[in-house]
Amino acid sequence: MLFRIRTLIIKELQALFRDRQSRAILIMPVILQLSLFPFAATLEVRNNTLAVFNEDNGREAVELIQRLARAQAFTELINVHSEADVRRVLDRQEALIVLRLPPDFSRDRVAGRTANLQALMDGRRSNSGQIALAYVQQILNQYEADSRPEAAASAPAQPKLVVRHWFNPNLEYRWHILPSLVAIITTLSSLIVTALSVAREREQGTFDQLLVSPLTPGMIMVGKTIPAMLVALGQGTIILLAAVFVYQVPLTGSLLMLYGSMVFYILSLAGFGLLISSVCATQQQAFLGVFSFVMPAILLSGFSAPLENMPRWLQVLDWANPLTHFVIIVKGVFLKNIGLAAWWAHLWPMLVIATVTLGLADWMFRKRLG
Amino acid sequence: MVSWRRLRALCRKETWQILRDPSSNLIAFVLPVIMLFIFGYGINLDSSAVRLGLVLEDHGPEAVHFAESLTRSPYLRVRPAATQADAAADLTAGRTRGFVVVPGDFGERLQRPTDEAPLLVVSDGAEPNTANFVQAYVSGAWGGWQLQRAAERGEPPPAGLNLDARFWYNPSATSRNYLVPGAITIIMTVIGALLTSLVVAREWERGTMEALLASPVTRAELLLSKVLPYYALGIVSLFLCVGVAVVVMRVPFRGSWWVLWGIGSLFLASSLGLGLLISTTLRNQFNAAQAALNAAFLPALMLSGFLYEIRSMPPVIRAVTMLVPARYFVTAMQTVFQAGDVWPVLIPSALFLGAAGVFFLGLTARKTRRRLE
Repeated sequence: MLFRIRTLIIKELQALFRDRQSRAILIMPVILQLSLFPFAATLEVRNNTLAVFNEDNGREAVELIQRLARAQAFTELINVHSEADVRRVLDRQEALIVLRLPPDFSRDRVAGRTANLQALMDGRRSNSGQIALAYVQQILNQYEADSRPEAAASAPAQPKLVVRHWFNPNLEYRWHILPSLVAIITTLSSLIVTALSVAREREQGTFDQLLVSPLTPGMIMVGKTIPAMLVALGQGTIILLAAVFVYQVPLTGSLLMLYGSMVFYILSLAGFGLLISSVCATQQQAFLGVFSFVMPAILLSGFSAPLENMPRWLQVLDWANPLTHFVIIVKGVFLKNIGLAAWWAHLWPMLVIATVTLGLADWMFRKRLG
Repeated sequence: MVSWRRLRALCRKETWQILRDPSSNLIAFVLPVIMLFIFGYGINLDSSAVRLGLVLEDHGPEAVHFAESLTRSPYLRVRPAATQADAAADLTAGRTRGFVVVPGDFGERLQRPTDEAPLLVVSDGAEPNTANFVQAYVSGAWGGWQLQRAAERGEPPPAGLNLDARFWYNPSATSRNYLVPGAITIIMTVIGALLTSLVVAREWERGTMEALLASPVTRAELLLSKVLPYYALGIVSLFLCVGVAVVVMRVPFRGSWWVLWGIGSLFLASSLGLGLLISTTLRNQFNAAQAALNAAFLPALMLSGFLYEIRSMPPVIRAVTMLVPARYFVTAMQTVFQAGDVWPVLIPSALFLGAAGVFFLGLTARKTRRRLE
C-alpha cells in the first residue's frame, strides 16, 4: 500500500515540477510577494501633504506653522488662500488634511482665550486622516505646552501618559505583516495544488482511471495531499527564512510549534481543497471555487482588520476558518512566544476542521465510486 | 477583418459557455454580493470599541473615579483583571488589545506634580493599528479625566487650543464608505482577470484551439469573442455591486452613472486584457490560475491603495503601484462614490486605464498572431 501511495506522490510531484514554466510559477510569486508586500502593507501615515489655510498671519500662527512644517508625517506643506482653494486641494487629493487658522487666532492666543482651529480631511481616506489628525493634535499639544511657561508655573502641567507597546515596541508593520504572509501564501498554494490537481484529472478523464485502479479513495487523497503539503511547507519555509534573516522579525517562540501547526493547517486546507474539487467537473470551477473560499477566508482572518471589530455572528462563523487560527498561532510564535496552552487553544479547532473536511471529501469520493 | 456573422456565432458560443457553468455565475453574481457584505460589515478599520484590561491596585477614591471614567468611555470595553500577570496573559492570548495598571500609590503620586502620569499603559504591538487606537483612546480618557477633576475643584478650564475636525465627503469617517468602492475594484479584477485567465488556456488544453485556428476565424474575431461576453458579464456585475452598495448598504454615490460606466469599461478592458494575456501566454490552466492570482488579485488587494496608503510606501514600491491598473480604478471609484465627478482626478485615471487596456489587449493580439503562423 505504501508503495502505491509513493508512486502516486512521485507522479504528482512530477506533474508539479515537470517544466520550467511550472517550476517558475511555484517560486516566482513567493519571491515577488516577499519583496513587495512587506513594504506596501502599512497603515502608518508618512510622506503626506498638509495644507495650511492661514487667515490670521499673526506671529503666533506663523510659529505654529513652522512647527508643523518640521513634523515627520508631513513632508510637504502647501499654503492655500481661499475657501475655493481648500475645496480644490481636497477634491484633487493634493492634501490629506487642511488646517485652517481663523483670523482671530493670534489675537485669542495673546489675550489668553481659547483659540479655535479647524482641520478638514479627505473622507475618502478617513483612516489615514484620523491617524494624521492624531499627529497634528500631538504637535498642537506640544506647542501649547511650550508656548506658555507662565501658565505651566501657576497650574501643574498635565502629566504625560507613556504607553509601552509589548511584542513590537516601535509598532513596526513589517513585524505584523510577515507572519501573516507565511499564512496567506501557504494557504493559496495548498488549496490550489489539491483542488486543481484533482479537477485537472477529472477534466482530462484520468481521474476515473485512478478510481478503477487498485488505489482506494483514501489513498488517492493522501497522494494528492502530501505533494501539496510539501509545496506549502517549502514556500512557508522560504518566507520564514526571509522574515527572520532579511526583514529581521524576531522569532521568539518555538519552531516545533510553528511547523506542527503548519502541518495541521495544511491538512485542514487540503480538506477544503479536496471537498471543492469533489463537486467540480472542470479546472475553472475548482479555481473559482477555491477563490470563493479563500477570499473571505483571508479577509476575515484578522490579517487586514481586527477580528473584534467584526459583528458577533461573523466571529462565531469565523471559528471554522482555519486561517484565523493559523494567523494567530504564527503571529504568536513569532512575536509573543506563546505557551503550549495558547497554542493548543488554536490548534484543536484546526484538527476538528481537518477531520471534518477530509472526512467529507473522502465520503464524496466514495459516493462517486459506489 | 471582422465578419459579423462569425463574430456573433463565436460570441454566442462563449456566452453559452459562461451561462452554462455554475462557477462563472457564482463568481459574477454571488461572490460579489458576499464580498460587499464582508467589506461593508466584516472589515472595520474604525476600531469602534477597543478591549482593554484594567488592574486596579489602588482602591482610593481617585483611583476608583479614574477607573469609572475609563469604563464609561464609549471607545473602550474594559475587562477587569486581578493582577498584572492576569492582564498580561489576556493580552498575550489576544483577549484584550491593551491594559492599564493603576498602581498602589496612584492617589499619592497624583498629589505630587510630575511629568509622567502615574499609570502603566501597555498595548499589543502585534496589532500596530489597534495599538495606536489604544494609545489615543487611553490618552483621551486620561486628559478628559484631568479636566474633569480640575473643573470639580473649581479651577477654570485652561485656555488652550480647540481643534475642530471635519471629514469632507464622509462626515462620520465611516470606513465602509471607502472600503466598499475599493471592494468593487477587487470584484472587477476577479471577474476581468481570473475568469478570462482560463478561457484561452482551456481551449489549448482541450485541443479546440487548433480546430478554431484551422477555421476561417480571424485573430480579431477570436479576441473580440473572448472580450465582449466577459465585458458584458463584468458590466452587469459592476452595476449589481453599485446597486447593492447604494440601495442596501447606503453608501453615498455622488458621481454620475455614465462616468461610472465609462471608468468601469476602461478598467474591465485592462483586466480582461491582462487575463487573456496570461491565458494566451501560458496555455496551461493550472499555471494560468496561479499567475492570475499573483498578477491581478494580490496586487489589487495590496498595492491599489485600497487598504494601504500609497503615499506611505517607500519610493520603489510607489513606482511599482503606478503599474497596477487597480490603483487608478480605486482612486476613481472612491472619488465617484464620495466626492462626485472630480475631473482632475478622473481624467488621469481614465487615461492610464485606457492605455493599460490597449497595451494588454494589443500584446494579447500579437501573441495570438504568433500562434497562427
